[in-house]
Amino acid sequence: MKHLYTWGGILIVVLFSVVGDILMTRAMKQVGDMHELWRRSGVVTIVGRVLSNANFFLGVSAMAVAFFSLLFALSWGDVSLVAPAAASLTFIGNAFAAKVFLHEKVDRRRWLAATLVAAGVALLAG
Amino acid sequence: MTFRKYVVLAGVTVFAAAGDSMLSHGMKQTGAISIHHLQSLIAAVLNPWVAIGILLLLAFFAAYMNALSWADLTYVLPATSLGYVLLALVARFALHEQVSPMRWLGIALISGGVGFVAGGPALTKPHSEHPGHDVPAAHLPSHPHSNPPSEVGS
Repeated sequence: MKHLYTWGGILIVVLFSVVGDILMTRAMKQVGDMHELWRRSGVVTIVGRVLSNANFFLGVSAMAVAFFSLLFALSWGDVSLVAPAAASLTFIGNAFAAKVFLHEKVDRRRWLAATLVAAGVALLAG
Repeated sequence: MTFRKYVVLAGVTVFAAAGDSMLSHGMKQTGAISIHHLQSLIAAVLNPWVAIGILLLLAFFAAYMNALSWADLTYVLPATSLGYVLLALVARFALHEQVSPMRWLGIALISGGVGFVAGGPALTKPHSEHPGHDVPAAHLPSHPHSNPPSEVGS
């Protein structure tokens, strides 16, 4: 029963982390290059664009759910399992989701990077 | 990639690593929280370590948003995973903790992954012709109810 709670918690954390990251990336691409915006029109424009972006608020909400699920999952399960498992699976999930939903060119180099980092993060718990 | 962009990526890395360790330290002090005692959640947030951790994570968030405005998600995530390596190095050389061979292997894998992604382009948007200038401000929706950007519908 404890295992079920722990892995259920991990999956919820991963799901909402991925949704949050995808929405946030989409929001920031809609806002535009912050360095460019800063040079051209200043910080007020950046804040205005961010705060008028629906994806930003949806992304923040998803990340908040992920954050509080992580707090709950950490108190139920073993930290050395929950934290690396959630982080590791989020890397893989994000690579898939970025390819499907954001149309990023996830080439062999990027897959290799995501897989190596996910494996490395999992090993850090050992 | 300009110097400022490297500073932003470094900020994402350092703030995330520092914030996470503060949060983890604080949560160990407050103990388990449960869905039946939501006031324990409030107690957790009021713990100074948790509070500082949250502030650092807000700084991380600003840097993260900045990075995502000019780079792919699949570039930013591996590039900033060096924070895990940073934490392990701090544990070994500042806190003098034992780092097992398994952890060194993990550190090597993450560093390898970062090396792979750092050698490639930061942005791979399909319609991009000028990396770094791919989102012309004139074509951006100026209010939330206007059309989604071109890559969504194509």
